[in-house]
Amino acid sequence: MTNERPHFAANAEIDFVIVGAGAAGGVIAKELSSAGFRVVVLEQGPYMKEPDFEHDELKYMRQQAITNDYKRQPNTFRKTEKEKAKEQPAIIYGRMVGGSTVHFTGNYWRFHEIDFVERTRLGAIAGTGFADWPITYSELEPYYTKAEWELGVSGLAGASPFDPPRSKPYPVPPLPIKSSGVLAERGASKLGWHAFPAPMAIISQPYRGRNGCLHCGFCEYFGCEVAAKSSTLATVIREAEKTGLCEIRPNSYVQKIEVNKAGLVTGVTYFDGNRQVHFQSAKAVVICANGAETPRLLLLSKTSLFPHGLANSSGKVGKYLMFNGHAQASAVFEHTLNEFKSVAVSRVIHDFYDSDPKRGFYGGGGMDLRFVSYPMGFALRGLPPDAPKWGREYKAMLREHYTRTVHANGHTTSLPVETNNISLDPDVKDAWGLPAVRVTYKDHDEDMKTMQFFQERCKELLQAAGARKQWFRPLRGQSFGFHLLGTCRMGEEANKSVVDKYHRAHDVPNLFICDGSSFVTSGRGQPTLTIQALAYRASDHIIRMAKSGEIKSAV
Amino acid sequence: MMKSCAGLGSVWLASCLPEIIAAQEHAHRTAQSGAPSGFEFFAPGDAAEVEAMAAQIIPTDDTPGAREARVIYFIDRALATFAAQERAAFVEGLKQLQKKTRKLFGKAKRFSDLSAEQQITVLKMIETSQFFELVRTMTILGMFSNPEYGGNYNKIGWKLIGFEDQFFFQAPFGSYDRDYKG
Repeated sequence: MTNERPHFAANAEIDFVIVGAGAAGGVIAKELSSAGFRVVVLEQGPYMKEPDFEHDELKYMRQQAITNDYKRQPNTFRKTEKEKAKEQPAIIYGRMVGGSTVHFTGNYWRFHEIDFVERTRLGAIAGTGFADWPITYSELEPYYTKAEWELGVSGLAGASPFDPPRSKPYPVPPLPIKSSGVLAERGASKLGWHAFPAPMAIISQPYRGRNGCLHCGFCEYFGCEVAAKSSTLATVIREAEKTGLCEIRPNSYVQKIEVNKAGLVTGVTYFDGNRQVHFQSAKAVVICANGAETPRLLLLSKTSLFPHGLANSSGKVGKYLMFNGHAQASAVFEHTLNEFKSVAVSRVIHDFYDSDPKRGFYGGGGMDLRFVSYPMGFALRGLPPDAPKWGREYKAMLREHYTRTVHANGHTTSLPVETNNISLDPDVKDAWGLPAVRVTYKDHDEDMKTMQFFQERCKELLQAAGARKQWFRPLRGQSFGFHLLGTCRMGEEANKSVVDKYHRAHDVPNLFICDGSSFVTSGRGQPTLTIQALAYRASDHIIRMAKSGEIKSAV
Repeated sequence: MMKSCAGLGSVWLASCLPEIIAAQEHAHRTAQSGAPSGFEFFAPGDAAEVEAMAAQIIPTDDTPGAREARVIYFIDRALATFAAQERAAFVEGLKQLQKKTRKLFGKAKRFSDLSAEQQITVLKMIETSQFFELVRTMTILGMFSNPEYGGNYNKIGWKLIGFEDQFFFQAPFGSYDRDYKG
């Protein structure tokens, strides 16, 4: 297998180097190579495939088998810039070919029209960089459709009264409803809300040569053994390789983007799996390393020409980090739900998606019912907080609760706050000797209020669905992120943003950046489809510019 | 400071990953050789003490518990492999357990000799200790991890909670979606 994959000679002329083979990098690799460009994708993690994945909670617990490794890649965290950051896990992402699309849950809502124009609609919010996007929903709509059809998304067009307009239905029908979905519908209809079939990046039936979902239940934290999850690994990356023009180079950890005296990118320097340093030249570079690693790489790439980090004349690289907010309430029901079977989510509620000034604070979100809980994790911490921790009653509760528990979740907005950011830790280094990711993050007051609001809605929903017993944990400010958004934001003005509306760095004409870092506002908690719609759109513009000679190259 | 299973979470497990993989391979080999072939880390007396603790954490009642799930073999193998850094905590913790036992129930007693009620009395006195949390965590891992790691014998842990590890399920999945009309 390995030998059949495209491989360029060391001196081959390469058009594009893409850093990161995840949600965005996979898409862009496919698009650029299909357009005839020679592409090398450098991915820090390994190249795993379906036979490498397995049902093994001890090994995969909390997804670390296939994610960033804190032992070699420590993080530091602090709430405010006044504090000294302490070493602790603060971010998580898929560290492998396919990135986080391999182990994610696969919730694939589109953003709504309002997500792109909230600043204009709602006005400024003190202490934030709240802004409109430089593009609108209607500009992105064709690319949402393209992403859904190229990657394979299950769903039912028109099922949600809140859905934005779409040019095409979903390519495959929704996955079967689960008990959590039935209860979501039951609760929602009592409350006058609307539960609709969840759009999921998991195919419900065979599509483009892949198998439909077998409902084994090992989605979140795990890689799909039958390639029913529409990861970039299972879809576009394979197609990119088939062009013969795209080399996926795993175990390649990029340490610096190199530039010449004219301020043009010449290529990247990276460590291979044996920590040997290589230089890969290219006519242009596309960074898709995620909302934490992308700004880190730019900050690591400072030179005398770019003293504050590459593409950072605005000072906005790493700033405006947004995690999305999360709210939860839990309940146990009379009868069995067996949520361990099938995909995580089968119904979604968008009645509180939009911000409503009547609430007195900014924010909105979506809701769902789900219970992603594998046996070990459940027994360790899945019972209500007041439950016994051992003994006869503990055992009885494990037995009673596992198949009957469900969480109601709110997935909410985060405001862009400049003092929430990614920077280089001054002291802590990774195993390659590079400064560690330092996260500074404190949820904005309005984000906390939004989470509180959603926790109340979660309780209402469970109550209306007929919960036998409910519990919740008090909300706390977040210190850990898996949605890594906003840190190289798009914008028209070069002094207020890092990339333009085509994802080209304002400061460097042959450098492009496209991933969660491009976001201007956070959306409502399910960012990946939007990351990929942006990637399809960016690809079109990169191809256009490359073909017209508009991308100046140092090579 | 040595990382401890007591605060066990994802991160600790992640840091143990290469060792977990080694343990898994080790477990595969052991599994092929049939019934548990004795202990690699524990002296038999100590194994009885830890097993008695595990059997109070997830007791045997009308359904099998940690003892029948052979959790002790999981813990032994874990300490022999990926959780080797916890050995000292086990040795020290067992000493403390025996000290408490003797103080309460007389010099000749070992924890595993006590009645269930007496054992519960002792464990209630140490339930907030790091050692207890460590044994609790290891008991849960042994009860609910894949059987190839040495515990969860006959999938006793999974059967207890109603979990099934299958590659294929069909709707309806639970009681509420059984008669779903849309």
